[in-house]
Amino acid sequence: MTDRTTIDRTTIDRTSHLELEQHDKTFLDSNELIINMGPQHPATHGVLRVVLKLDGEKVLGTECVIGYLHRGVEKIAEHRTYTMFNPYVDRMDYVAAVSNGLGYCGAVEKLLNVEAPRRAQYIRVILTELNRLASHMLWLGTHALDIGAITPLFYTFRDREEILKIFEKYCGARLTTHAFRIGGCSYETYDGFEREVKKFLDFVAPKIDEYEELLTTNRIWVERTKDVGKISARECIALGVTGPVLRASGVKWDLRKAQPYAAYADFDFEIPVGENGDTYDRYIVRMQEMRQSLRIIDQAIGKIPDGPIMAKVAKVMKPPVGEIYHSIEAPKGELGYFIVSDGSTQPYRVRVRPPSFVNLQALDMMVRGALVADVIAVIGTLDIVLGEVDR
Amino acid sequence: MLDYITSYLKSDLTPGSAGNLFWAFVYIVLIFLGLSVAVIAMNWLERKILAHMQVRLGPMRVGPHGLLQPIADALKLLIKEDIMPSAADPWVFWSAPLLVVITAFTVFVVVPFGPTHAVTDMNIGVLFMLGVSSLSVLGVVMAGWASNSHYPLMGALRSSAQMVSYEIAMGLAVISAVLMTSLNNEGTGTLSMIGIVQAQQAQHVWFAFKFFPLGLIAFFIFAVAMVAETNRAPFDLPEAESELTAGFHTEYSGFRWSLFFLAEYSAMIAVSSIAVTLWLGGWMRPFPNALNGETWDLVFSLVPGLTFLLLAAITFYSTARMPKHPYFKVQTIGLGGFGAVLALIGVALFIPPVRDRVQDIFWFSAKVAFSMYMYIWYRGTFPRYRFDQLMKVGWKVLLPLGIGVLVLTAIAGILF
Repeated sequence: MTDRTTIDRTTIDRTSHLELEQHDKTFLDSNELIINMGPQHPATHGVLRVVLKLDGEKVLGTECVIGYLHRGVEKIAEHRTYTMFNPYVDRMDYVAAVSNGLGYCGAVEKLLNVEAPRRAQYIRVILTELNRLASHMLWLGTHALDIGAITPLFYTFRDREEILKIFEKYCGARLTTHAFRIGGCSYETYDGFEREVKKFLDFVAPKIDEYEELLTTNRIWVERTKDVGKISARECIALGVTGPVLRASGVKWDLRKAQPYAAYADFDFEIPVGENGDTYDRYIVRMQEMRQSLRIIDQAIGKIPDGPIMAKVAKVMKPPVGEIYHSIEAPKGELGYFIVSDGSTQPYRVRVRPPSFVNLQALDMMVRGALVADVIAVIGTLDIVLGEVDR
Repeated sequence: MLDYITSYLKSDLTPGSAGNLFWAFVYIVLIFLGLSVAVIAMNWLERKILAHMQVRLGPMRVGPHGLLQPIADALKLLIKEDIMPSAADPWVFWSAPLLVVITAFTVFVVVPFGPTHAVTDMNIGVLFMLGVSSLSVLGVVMAGWASNSHYPLMGALRSSAQMVSYEIAMGLAVISAVLMTSLNNEGTGTLSMIGIVQAQQAQHVWFAFKFFPLGLIAFFIFAVAMVAETNRAPFDLPEAESELTAGFHTEYSGFRWSLFFLAEYSAMIAVSSIAVTLWLGGWMRPFPNALNGETWDLVFSLVPGLTFLLLAAITFYSTARMPKHPYFKVQTIGLGGFGAVLALIGVALFIPPVRDRVQDIFWFSAKVAFSMYMYIWYRGTFPRYRFDQLMKVGWKVLLPLGIGVLVLTAIAGILF
């Protein structure tokens, strides 16, 4: 199909290896079809480009071409002070901005050797768990939309709106919240915060049942997700896959339990795990995680301790020379910050370990031999955000 | 000439059967116009109903409650630039939408809106409908091939496989209904669309409820197959938005695209008409036997008028609820006027001569409308099947079920 005369190989940047391979063949040599899925495609969740090698509907191989949303966040950090860089991290995983902030603030606090006050820790936990809910809701809506169920999207967006309203009231922003500051929280909770969060908990619990009613036992949904994109625990660990994807494969690994940060050690919650590591299990795990988040918020909201929300942190931060790695359980998996300090006001190097980027590696393994429709389902189930993949 | 025109009015045949070309032409024009209006209305209704299922409002800006939205869309599509990909095969690319839309409209030649309200009555009516409507797959394949692009090609391949495999299950279901028409004293079945409805009338039962549950199963098979046949959710793989962007019509835009749209909706109406004719008693009113007698006849004959009055009442209620701001003045007047038109139609439908003439058309349309609502409901509820699962459902579930129903219907026909 490709007209070889019109394509000058040198003019195309980001040509994938699969495509180059195809160029060496003529049309008659091969029954294989190279299809570019993305970067503009309704189901690649942004600007992911997946080059598919197909034999009919069967996927022979995939290659992810990323970088279309690259903004050089890590490089920017080298020219900003620690405080100035804080809002930038919100722009990575923009559907879970609060988690990003929590991870970054936690890392710098470790570097500075300060600890946020108890009250700030509790507010952090509540907001982060609310954000986890929002992130999972967005995932559920878009994932279902990819598989063809268009209605859940609107239900989840309706309910996610309530979370965003709470964020907006708390810090003035809905998406890129910049809610936390190094050493605590930027803002005190507003009047009626506890009441509103409690009201939201009562509101959202039946809504999660509603989503499950639409999907969990839906014959087509089960057929589309069971045994699709299977990945074993061993493969997950080998690839560094974390988060719900890892847990759905049966590994009980959650950083909130494994190395508690903020105030997570105070709360009683479970880590939902799956068995088969298929798309359906990942769906179930995330649905249960939403309920666990509700449980955590419910426990936290009743007993926010009194006290200051900021620890004593110098206005001009000059962390001692050294390096630190701090990671948290973001909605998508392990979100880690590796910060090298040279003793100045600006970090020498910041490296982010983004869960989306690492999880995306598993795509090829999960879809090889599957059908085109499964690629869509797997991209959805990996729950990637391209802002975080490309940074 | 006048004689030629008036002479038909006394006959109780369709214009085609009576050989009256003038009235045949009138019917064709009426059906063409009616179908176009129905597609426009369906466009608005689908968006509105789907929107309300999904807790949103749907079109609200163009006209009151977005009533003029389909017209605005149609205008937009007509004045859009006509783009043909440079790599496309021009003639095939050009003729594919034409083929699709022509087949979609042609099938309505035999659709019986009433005992005489059809363009013509063919003795092979059902066969004609199935045959012509399955030609549309050719148009889809042509569109996919001519676009010379990967996604349309895959969409076309999917749709050809899908339409061909579901046609078989569909055909089996149709045969079992046709078999039921032969259960009279003479033992003569019929393929004529009008004949099938008359057979249901003679046997005092809709075929969906004949030999319970056999008729119902056959109807179910057809109802599933017809959704697959028209490429609608949950079988909308050929145009699976999240996988193939838009499937076979990815490269089409503007007027050509609107032809595909028109064809899709008229095909939906066409297959619904077959379903209604074969299983739901065609133009017959509900319970013609259980609730018979003059009183019941009168009660049912008032339903069309009452329906329109109800619609008018809803419209007036919405008019009263329009914002009082001067900006909405024109829209409020327009909505009120629309309600008045509906009310006038409703009142006109109470006039005895009109009332008697529209009965058949009303009940037929109502049943088709119900079927169209189901289409929208499916779309709002179901995720999409995967290609292999679609084939599995077609070949491993519907086909054996269809054969079983056919055999059992034949046995039941002999026994009872």
